[in-house]
Amino acid sequence: MKNMKKFVGLALTATLAAASLAGCGSKNNDTSTGSSASSAADGTVYKIGGIGPVTGAAAAYGDAVEKGAKLAVEEINAAGGINGTPIEFKFEDDEHDAEKSVNAYNTLKDWGMQMLLGTVTSAPCIAVNAEASNDNMFLLSPSGTALECISTPNAFRVCFSDPAQGTKSAEYIGQNKLATKVAAIYDSSDPYSSGIYESFAAEAANQGLEIVASEAFTADSKADFKVQLQKAKDGGAELVFLPIYYQETALILKQAADIGFDTQFFGCDGLDGILGVENFDTTLAEGVMLLTPFAADAEDEATQHFVKAYAEAYNNETPIQFAADAYDGIYAIKDAAEKAGITADMNASDICDALKVSMTEITLNGVTGTISWTEDGEPSKEPKAVVIQNGAYTAM
Amino acid sequence: MSFISYLINGISLGSVYAIIALGYTMVYGIAKMLNFAHGDVIMIGAYVVLTMMTGAGVNPLLAVLISMAACTILGMTIEKIAYKPLRNAASPLAVLITAIGVSYLLQNIALLVFGASAKSFTNIVNIPALTLAGGKLIITGTTIVTIFACIIIMLGLTLFVNKTKPGQAMQAVSEDRGAAQLMGINVNGTISLTFAIGSALAAIAGVLLCSAYPTLTPYTGAMPGIKAFVAAVFGGIGSIPGAMVGGILLGIIEIMGKAYISSQVADAIVFAVLIVVLLVKPTGLFGKNIQEKV
Amino acid sequence: MKKNLMKMNKITKNNLITYGIVVVAFIIMQILVTSGNISSLLQGLLVPLCVYAIAAISLNLVVGISGELSLGHAGFMCVGAYASAFFSKAVGEGMPGMVRFILAILVGALVAGIFGIVIGIPVLRLRGDYLAIVTLAFGEIIKNLMNVLYIGMDSNGLHFSVSDAASLNMEADGTVIINGALGITGTPKDSTFTIGVILILITLFIVLNLIHSRSGRAIMSIRDNRIAAESVGINITKYKLMAFSISAALAGVAGVLYAHNLSTLTVKKFDYNTSILILVFVVLGGIGSIRGSIIAAVILTALPEMLRGLSDYRMLIYAIVLIAMMLFNWAPSAINWRERVKAKFKGKKQKTDKKEAA
Repeated sequence: MKNMKKFVGLALTATLAAASLAGCGSKNNDTSTGSSASSAADGTVYKIGGIGPVTGAAAAYGDAVEKGAKLAVEEINAAGGINGTPIEFKFEDDEHDAEKSVNAYNTLKDWGMQMLLGTVTSAPCIAVNAEASNDNMFLLSPSGTALECISTPNAFRVCFSDPAQGTKSAEYIGQNKLATKVAAIYDSSDPYSSGIYESFAAEAANQGLEIVASEAFTADSKADFKVQLQKAKDGGAELVFLPIYYQETALILKQAADIGFDTQFFGCDGLDGILGVENFDTTLAEGVMLLTPFAADAEDEATQHFVKAYAEAYNNETPIQFAADAYDGIYAIKDAAEKAGITADMNASDICDALKVSMTEITLNGVTGTISWTEDGEPSKEPKAVVIQNGAYTAM
Repeated sequence: MSFISYLINGISLGSVYAIIALGYTMVYGIAKMLNFAHGDVIMIGAYVVLTMMTGAGVNPLLAVLISMAACTILGMTIEKIAYKPLRNAASPLAVLITAIGVSYLLQNIALLVFGASAKSFTNIVNIPALTLAGGKLIITGTTIVTIFACIIIMLGLTLFVNKTKPGQAMQAVSEDRGAAQLMGINVNGTISLTFAIGSALAAIAGVLLCSAYPTLTPYTGAMPGIKAFVAAVFGGIGSIPGAMVGGILLGIIEIMGKAYISSQVADAIVFAVLIVVLLVKPTGLFGKNIQEKV
Repeated sequence: MKKNLMKMNKITKNNLITYGIVVVAFIIMQILVTSGNISSLLQGLLVPLCVYAIAAISLNLVVGISGELSLGHAGFMCVGAYASAFFSKAVGEGMPGMVRFILAILVGALVAGIFGIVIGIPVLRLRGDYLAIVTLAFGEIIKNLMNVLYIGMDSNGLHFSVSDAASLNMEADGTVIINGALGITGTPKDSTFTIGVILILITLFIVLNLIHSRSGRAIMSIRDNRIAAESVGINITKYKLMAFSISAALAGVAGVLYAHNLSTLTVKKFDYNTSILILVFVVLGGIGSIRGSIIAAVILTALPEMLRGLSDYRMLIYAIVLIAMMLFNWAPSAINWRERVKAKFKGKKQKTDKKEAA
């Protein structure tokens, strides 16, 4: 009987919740059917979906992608859209979780998505692409770096793959004779970081680099890096390779200064954004080198325009590389769509078939470089090597 | 020499765990609940200090005091709304789950208010680092302050609990809530006071955590919160000196594991040591052995 | 004797209701799916709902029936998921899909069950919060070790490494099956809603039968009074371990279902947050109430998806709803209020009945 009461209570709560949800749900349906009635029927908008984490520990990356993509969509719409047809963009949260990401994908499908800009992080991207390739949905990941993210013909990406970054970094260090004894500090619980590290370690041998310390940390213990730094110091490393994100790098640079370890730090695209961390003491980052396709201080017109527009739209924030990838992603979709001559009343599968071909024919002059795509979905672009001098990125 | 410098690292990391664990263990000892939201109160406390200093230009000490006041109010409000109604619930797990709900709530409020991107924390400790052995050993000012703060808080709490009326009331409530009530102790007031003190300590912990590791995001409090929980259990949950010793030991084990075994499996080493300790001493290092009544 | 019989009937009836709810829900969903009246979102949610329902039922066996607080349940899911996904990848197209999946389920359950026994023997000596923290510790250890585990397979057999994929030293034809932090990718998508529901029913059958068996009564007597149970000769360790390892094996089954639903499997999913989430299902649904676990798992899994319309406020509202539901379900004052409302309702009904009679 007692259980029964509990059950009644629960059922009551359930109905309450369901009722309130039904309220939200139907409201939601109204707006979406409203817009789809006006769109899908007479094809007045292209529906592009986006997926990435905007809550949870990886929220900063999804947030940047959402903002970058929205900025591009607004610009394109203000300029008349794709071949005169405006874009409607909807972004869904996946909390950096593969299962939630598939849910987000299905939500977007219900909304009538025709093309997908996503997902932001690697593991969810692999799961979503399995669904997307089943549906023959065009997928362009702004920042899913794992090789497996775009293993199918429908999928492309804007960023470099993990192996490409690791190999290029080792080549750059070797060819420019920056160091012979190197240490690496990487996040062993993160596919991005451990993926780059592995290819770096493989290429380092070919470049005559000696890895004197390879130290890891995990998402659960990423506050104290003094041991890792101490080992690099004791090993006599002339250069510390950091295939990690800028938040942890900020801590590493501070602690290196604390223990008096003055060396050359070298990172990848994840390091971009370090100068934008609020209150960060940029003198700590002096002399840090990074190999990145995007630098917010770059001199070219496209980047300067993007950084300015981004700051105006979002409270003076400086865009990080994720925002730049997303911005380029939307423009790539636009170029490919125009090249293929698709129309807004086509279904997702037909659009995908057309874009698959046209993506390999376009050359985008974007903020992350001049990009063209190969058939397997990889971008071909050159990373820029930049060094931080006087609190700003300077090309080397 | 590197051993000693690792040891110092371990102590400085451990002192941060210890200071969080003190708040954890205090609340547990009296209210008999694992306050999973404690780590998130720490995060809010740190944001308050940061906003006061960079936004309003308040001086650091005043900012810390404001943050303590804010966290005290926050802690008491949480207790009143979310925990108190469940104090006599059929299972103690009910309030544990609500605490998890509160934890999600605080994280998402912070996400909406302060944004997802990381902020660097302004260093508020202006004590120069101690350099020993010709520059080979360096103890940062933050570490020194944290350790001292830890000792002062531990002694203060011990004195407060043992020597003052409200402190003794806390002990009484912790021993036997029903009997305490019969003796005329205001149980609700005492538990409220516990949360107030625990939350004020969380504000201090937040400042010291973020001074030592100056990156602040809405999720900054979550993992140190769990680690501090482990530290508190390690030392014997409910025991004030236990929390401090547990925290510092946890820090040392974590650093030594990284330094001498493998940085790849450092987390596993910490938890493995914890398991071994608990198997040998099932109520933690300083825990009371509860005799079961027949 | 007659009383006993009636009691038995009541239990049977209660159990039948639980099975009934699952079957009816299944039929409704199947009708919706075949008639095409279902959103992609809901259709995609069907298997995850089964995963969490099974996980919640299995945890309830430990928390509700055996009375131990476990915070490492996701660790067992992780073990089951990895073992079965590894099996499916290694076998590949070597056997028909259905046979492979059934074997994968058995592999997942078996490996998770063995972990349950191995971990359970030391852990179950502890009590209360200390037991909770040690289960949490084991969950974290499993997570940490899986993150640095690399296993590859080539013509020479299996290769293991705990540093990186390159040090597996495989032949050119080798494939890396478990790739460190990236985990296992490309697991065949064998999980379906029908299999999920069948697994829920099997789980229910195992758990409900255990509860109402001689062993189940022994387990509950230990929960209610350990000393009394010991004094009447009940082997405490044996029965606690029984509940713990069966629960672990069933969690492993949930993991198998999860792993074969997505083409990627990473350990990040199986951290303490997931363990806590499953505990939330159990407590919200009513500790010891198997039916409640299923319903709570379904509601709380679907809720954040249904709240997507709120965009930025989604998780905030989710947290508030969770707190509110907890207070409504558990606070003594809320329970009293509910009783009063119910009594009032009943009273009114009785009055109207009387009036009508008059």
